[in-house]
Amino acid sequence: MALLSSTALLEDLSRITPALNVIVDHERLRPFETDAFISHRAMPMCAVLPESEAQVSSILKSCSARGVPVVTRGAGTGISGGAIPRDDGVLVVLTKLNQVKRVDPLARTACVGPGVRNIVVSEAGAPHGLFYAPDPSSQLICSIGGNVAENSGGVHCLKYGLTTHNLMQVRVALSEGEVVVVGSLALDSAGYDLLAVVTGSEGMLGLITEIVVKLQPLPEHVETLLAAFPSVTDAANAVGRIIGGGVIPAALEMMDKMVIEACEKFMAAGFPLDAEALLLIELDGVEEEVAEQLTQVEAVLCDCHAQEIRRAKDDIEREKLWKARKGAFAALATIRPDYYTIDGTIPRRCLPQVLARYEVLAHEYGMLVANVFHAGDGNLHPCIFYDATVPGEMERSEELGGKMLEICVEVGGTITGEHGVGLEKLKQMCIQFRPNEIAAFHAIKAAFDPSGVLNPGKGIPELKRCSEWGGMHVRNGEMPRADIPRF
Amino acid sequence: MDAFIHGLTQQIRQAHDAKTALAIHGGNTKAFYGGPVAGQALDMRPYTGIIDYEPKELVLTARAGTTLAEIETTMAKENQMLPFEPPYFSQGATIGGTVASGLSGPRRPYTGAVRDFVLGARIVNGKGEDLRFGGRVIKNVAGYDVSRLMTGALGTLGVLLDLSFKVLPTPREEMTLRYEMDEATAILRFNEWAGRPLPISATSWHEGVAMLRLSGAIAGVKAARETLGGDPVATAEADQFWCDLRDHRATFFQTAEPLWRLSVPSTTAALQLDLPHWMEWGGALRWVRGSADIKALREKVQAAGGHVTLFRGGDKASGVFHPLPPVLAKIHRNLKAAFDPVNILNPGRMDNF
Repeated sequence: MALLSSTALLEDLSRITPALNVIVDHERLRPFETDAFISHRAMPMCAVLPESEAQVSSILKSCSARGVPVVTRGAGTGISGGAIPRDDGVLVVLTKLNQVKRVDPLARTACVGPGVRNIVVSEAGAPHGLFYAPDPSSQLICSIGGNVAENSGGVHCLKYGLTTHNLMQVRVALSEGEVVVVGSLALDSAGYDLLAVVTGSEGMLGLITEIVVKLQPLPEHVETLLAAFPSVTDAANAVGRIIGGGVIPAALEMMDKMVIEACEKFMAAGFPLDAEALLLIELDGVEEEVAEQLTQVEAVLCDCHAQEIRRAKDDIEREKLWKARKGAFAALATIRPDYYTIDGTIPRRCLPQVLARYEVLAHEYGMLVANVFHAGDGNLHPCIFYDATVPGEMERSEELGGKMLEICVEVGGTITGEHGVGLEKLKQMCIQFRPNEIAAFHAIKAAFDPSGVLNPGKGIPELKRCSEWGGMHVRNGEMPRADIPRF
Repeated sequence: MDAFIHGLTQQIRQAHDAKTALAIHGGNTKAFYGGPVAGQALDMRPYTGIIDYEPKELVLTARAGTTLAEIETTMAKENQMLPFEPPYFSQGATIGGTVASGLSGPRRPYTGAVRDFVLGARIVNGKGEDLRFGGRVIKNVAGYDVSRLMTGALGTLGVLLDLSFKVLPTPREEMTLRYEMDEATAILRFNEWAGRPLPISATSWHEGVAMLRLSGAIAGVKAARETLGGDPVATAEADQFWCDLRDHRATFFQTAEPLWRLSVPSTTAALQLDLPHWMEWGGALRWVRGSADIKALREKVQAAGGHVTLFRGGDKASGVFHPLPPVLAKIHRNLKAAFDPVNILNPGRMDNF
């Protein structure tokens, strides 16, 4: 962009928000160079921190009129690079829109700004016996706006759903500055389900300025079990049989041997060290109901060769188990300085097969891979360890990760269950989707953002890049045949 | 089935080139719903069959023409269900029509709507392109959520082919309780109860009688029943009641008068419309029967934060669906043009943009 017009834009931005909220010097921009996809970074032209929806709207008007790209950022905890700035664009940081505006205990809703942290929503509901269910592992620091942009999941989504299942209404500022209400305070709204499209749209359709979430009653009773298994296959069988038997646990998490050891070393959670796989199972609901399910689950675990079953006696023990699970990623950092986490989802029945193939791949690449994941919904999070100071290791970890995602697509799964595409998985999008499907995504973006200034280059690959990358569509083991009509 | 898809894409391409409107249908059980469509009939009933159902995965994939009855019978053998309790209205309802209409039954506020359980959709758009979105896994955030966009779009964005759903175990125990209370009390109670960890799966209020259904583990239902009071209703009678409500077979719905569907925030006070009405979904859905000034009705409901649909009967000339604000209407038109550029798929069925 020409210097003259960028000066005019900066003047505009300083008129729209207090000048203090417009950051241009490199030192102060440094923290905004990347999100939690730390292997990529870029210095934005400027960062701006609006204090109201009206300011957001004016910023968008000003940028889109000049064709300046806008990247939105919340807490910057996204791990697919969706909030990484562009050097020719403005970074809009929504952390100042952090008010809990209303909690309506009778209607079981909370109205919050996008910059409110996830955990704060549950804290606001707690005095009324309510909570906000989606709980990504970054819930202490991640923002609700980012959760909506990424359609975040968490450990409880098998039972309580993803972000998309827990929203009522959002206010969205569109690229030309208009603000629309999407969804409603009723259980549905007139017209197309735009709320579903906006949720998980990674900042490419609009900026979310206000969110009304659904709150759920806090469960009356919770039981947390930990079962150790001699093999991953046994643990996977147990998962299938618990669910097939009619119990939907609030959470069902699996960890492999490497994770168990790391957690133990880092936080001494008391996990058995001789097991090959652990299942962390949480049941919640009415006390009598949980008791009934507990008996059923324990029987399945024994039947599936569990070596040891532990039951948290109290909240302190429960918290210890969960702290270990949610802090697993930090624990893993003690193994090797850097790690790269993958987010594919597969049909659960393919679990033993896919994990075995991962092991072979990891061996081929000579890299350590640990698995900690949401077993109930087949969402895998293999962690690839590397040392960024060793030249080429980071690139190799990304290449290995890409191959792991391709396996997910091949068995009928997806390249991302909850982390989003961002910059990270653009190449794999070319594998999961055919050209006319990718074209449909671009058409959806254009329907919301005709000027194309919102987070361009993220989420949906350009078709010509797909052919440059040589990305081939492989789905359910089918051969690639993207250009041939399929009859 | 490949031959069917081949024929279908050909038919759509020809219709696209000739700009001929197509009227998509399955069992025609919801033909009353939505704006009037004139066009060449596109019958999806031959495209039938469950493609994949693995109870342990909680995932089912079926072709659009498969009847709800076939799906629910198959699932019942595994003690599983479509969690949104889809209405049939009459025999022959298909899964494609269920998704296209986006209508859910009494369980909706407590378990979720049809859109909440749709995981993936294969569609043919208005250009005759065979497209797949979403998948057969419970968590999937690759690309925009097009399968949910298709839900409730009444076939105006694409012809639905294969549909995947998350399914749930059927609760072991069900019990319905009956109470006598006025409308205001029912609205308050339904909302209070929903804020407590109780296994509620349906609520209804009509003419001074509130009904509450509990579903869950045997012990859980029993414990909740003790907390909640009320008079237990015999199982057969209760099943009939919820089924008649779901499918609009209760006398209230058997009418030649216009039937209005008012979707409102669940805590909305009684609307004082002076017309016979029936409330369900914990207060979030109010059915109203009779002639109403559509403009005044829409204004009143919109002020309460809801929207009005002329669900059945009445004069469709003044619009079936609640009018959209201009900017949203523009996005709707853009989306329609993206999927169906020459407007051949069910043109006019969704009539508010």
